[in-house]
Amino acid sequence: MTTATQLRRADLCCVAIAECFRGDGEIVANPIGTIPRIGGLLARASFEPDLVMTDGEAMFSNTDGVVEAWNPYRSMFDVVWSGRRHVIMGGSQIDSLGNQNFAAIGDMKHPKVQLLGFRGAPGNTANNVASYWVPAHGPRVLVPQVDVVTGIGYDRAAAAGPAATRYHSVRYVVTNLAVLDFETPDRRMRLRSVHPGVTVEDVAAATGFELVVPDDVPTSRAPTEAELALLEQIDPAGERFAEVPDA
Amino acid sequence: MPSSTARSSGNAGTATVPDKRATIEEVVGELRDGMTIGIGGWGSRRKPMALVRALCRSSVKDLTLVSYGGPDVGLLCATGKVRKVVFAFVSLDSIALEPHFRNAMQAGAVETLQLDEGMFLLGLQAAAWRVPFLPTRVGLGSDVLDRQREEIRTVVSPYVDPETGAAEELVAMPALRLDVALVHQNRADAGGNAQFLGPDLYFDDLMCQAAQRSFVTCERLVDTGDLLKEGSHHTLRISRLWTDGVVETPNGAHFTSCVPDYERDEAFQKEYAASAKSPEAWQQWRTAWLDLDEDGYQQRLASR
Repeated sequence: MTTATQLRRADLCCVAIAECFRGDGEIVANPIGTIPRIGGLLARASFEPDLVMTDGEAMFSNTDGVVEAWNPYRSMFDVVWSGRRHVIMGGSQIDSLGNQNFAAIGDMKHPKVQLLGFRGAPGNTANNVASYWVPAHGPRVLVPQVDVVTGIGYDRAAAAGPAATRYHSVRYVVTNLAVLDFETPDRRMRLRSVHPGVTVEDVAAATGFELVVPDDVPTSRAPTEAELALLEQIDPAGERFAEVPDA
Repeated sequence: MPSSTARSSGNAGTATVPDKRATIEEVVGELRDGMTIGIGGWGSRRKPMALVRALCRSSVKDLTLVSYGGPDVGLLCATGKVRKVVFAFVSLDSIALEPHFRNAMQAGAVETLQLDEGMFLLGLQAAAWRVPFLPTRVGLGSDVLDRQREEIRTVVSPYVDPETGAAEELVAMPALRLDVALVHQNRADAGGNAQFLGPDLYFDDLMCQAAQRSFVTCERLVDTGDLLKEGSHHTLRISRLWTDGVVETPNGAHFTSCVPDYERDEAFQKEYAASAKSPEAWQQWRTAWLDLDEDGYQQRLASR
């Protein structure tokens, strides 16, 4: 039996990311970033074997790295707009209703800090399931209001009308401290689980708005021995530990 | 040049095509102040850098750039050629944020139309198909729409949705009409039939189709009859219908990648990125790498 003290935070995060894809079946799992990609590969190598994943470039490749199909940039829009995809994006800012910003800090037309731009966030969030990865949970990332709405949250989708809400689904926010979701009546962000060694108070203090906190907050699932072995195979260089060091 | 109707390709070809061969300077000579210019490639991949460098050296200004942006956008901003950038991102790939573009944005030096990557595709497609817009869900609820209503509007479907019984209000992505498209391909013939040999065409074909006039640079000009010796028919995605001039520019995408001919020059790109740190650093880089013609650039590069 593994105890909390032996658990490595990065491994927990990978498992939490993998869990985002549970039940997704034969769709494109598109986790962007180091730990998201490792977590996605873990899901496919274990409990979601039918997931389709890219090689990071123009191909879909299977668990053995064998090319399955050609999927250049343009084809990814066919996938996104058909809804056959679950994306995990980053976010410089995310608010309590799931709005995301990675375009700019300040005014998008004359920013204090220019970031990525809109990338594919508006289309992703209007068309397929989206979750978010936050490697350093803090009040400057989880903010009361984002400066620019790139990925749309529940309030903005509702305000834009039925065409925007029809396929909109922001599912999870996985951080280095916790897993959050929007399974509340008013779609405010809820604490779903805390990672082993993290308290509810730790998460509340690191969040820039008031989270919905259930009476009973479970602890995030620890990796199994089999999963730990898979993580070693997927990420032998240990890049995951560089992204999320142990607490 | 483009106006030529000569029926000789120069090479001892089996096929006869118009001769659209030109020089870098001739292509840049076709560009005018205030034009809207689409630039092919993606991020720091297969950018028509030889043309971009020449454009930086030219007197042309007040350009509107339409680009899946990389160092093309950064260089043209840094050299003061740009009035407006239409973009979804401007990235160097291995360096996430284009630092010269970042400087321009943070200085408030350029206007923008900021789009989702997919809206960008739809805008080019609309221009190519000569329709005013294409409908999409993409952008709804986001600041692409809410902060840019003057330029991006919605349209109510004239059809009732069979599932919901309602008429949806969608984004009407306007056509991104280009005066000129500049793209770089691996191979081309003298008639402007162009070939990509890497894993992704990106949106180069659409750029050409969305433009009034299109100019292709290529790593190597080949005889029309040799195109299929270079790659399968799937790689022949830009026909001479869409091109007005073609220039052979070996290593012309440098320092961006142009696989399978060459990978990105990461070391060079790092130096380029570092030149955004101060006006002095930029001046130094500019003197070394922009204030010389393409032959000079390639010679200096070869002697590094």
